[in-house]
Amino acid sequence: MEVNTRVLPGAVYGNSLDRVLGWARKYSIFMYPFVTACCGMEYMSVASSHYDIDRFGAGLPRFSPRQADVLMVVGTVSQKIAPVLKMIYDQMCEPKWVVSFGACASVGGPYDNYATLQGIDRIIPVDIYIPGCPPRPEAIIEALMKLQHKIQNQKHELFAGSELKNTFK
Amino acid sequence: MEIQQLQENLSEHFTDKIISCIIDKDHVVLTANVDNLYAIFLELKSELKYNFQMFMDLTAVDWLDRQPRFDLVYHLYSVELNHRLRIKIPLIEGQAVSSVSGLWSIADWMEREIWDLYGIKFSGHPNLKRILMYDEFKGHPLRKDFAYDQRQPLIQDAWPSRPFQVNVKGLKIHRPGNDV
Repeated sequence: MEVNTRVLPGAVYGNSLDRVLGWARKYSIFMYPFVTACCGMEYMSVASSHYDIDRFGAGLPRFSPRQADVLMVVGTVSQKIAPVLKMIYDQMCEPKWVVSFGACASVGGPYDNYATLQGIDRIIPVDIYIPGCPPRPEAIIEALMKLQHKIQNQKHELFAGSELKNTFK
Repeated sequence: MEIQQLQENLSEHFTDKIISCIIDKDHVVLTANVDNLYAIFLELKSELKYNFQMFMDLTAVDWLDRQPRFDLVYHLYSVELNHRLRIKIPLIEGQAVSSVSGLWSIADWMEREIWDLYGIKFSGHPNLKRILMYDEFKGHPLRKDFAYDQRQPLIQDAWPSRPFQVNVKGLKIHRPGNDV
């Protein structure tokens, strides 16, 4: 017979705590916009009042990585700026998520050359990829909703010892 | 100054210093030897008849199979007299060019760019180092014999052999150490 270990009282408690934490965190997304290229225009239009991303609790960008939860990498990342991006990711506090905004950040876009990083997932882990060159605001809002879905269903390590699960090796 | 007149004046003025001075597609093009470069530029800037105060652009062309291999292309503009001039300097690989950053300050950065991307050296330049690429970069990428995908990452690629795969459906994106 299969033993369901999750029926233990502690586990049940932990499970619902995960849900509560996920619910709380998904409506208080503080984005750090790492804007390097033309996708920034599209990001600006989304971040402004017309599309109202405050509906998702993501209306307030933080310009310090220490205060941010979500790293939005918006635009082409060159090999020269790659160490800076990595450093910013490392400076962000757990829990943290990364959104790759547009074709360039996701796979290098049209720039298959010596100067451009072929996708930021070659240096940092990425949670959501937004395709498009640039993506439509609707695509960004959908990505935001998918990120909320992910945060809601994630196991949140509030009391889980010293091991940081999000650390990228 | 009308371009015909400019062309005539320049050909007369620099007879012994230049290779040719022609009008090509409504633009005066002056071709000169690299040895006379600084003298020509000094006169073009200081002579009131020409009065080229503005250093518009500096670029280079790599012909690869031609001898001499490079062409250095300068563009000058006179704001007061409203005329333009293009100057071409044929260059053998490895040949040094005298810097004109003392005449126009902006030439400083433009010469650094040419050094960075084409590997043409400028003698007398105050700070000749890379401006666009990083210092660790090897090679000069706009040369025709530089393969376009010679990537030289500054930090290690996390998954060098990773194929591009993103499973959007159900959001199961692989992330080491954090299975969601």
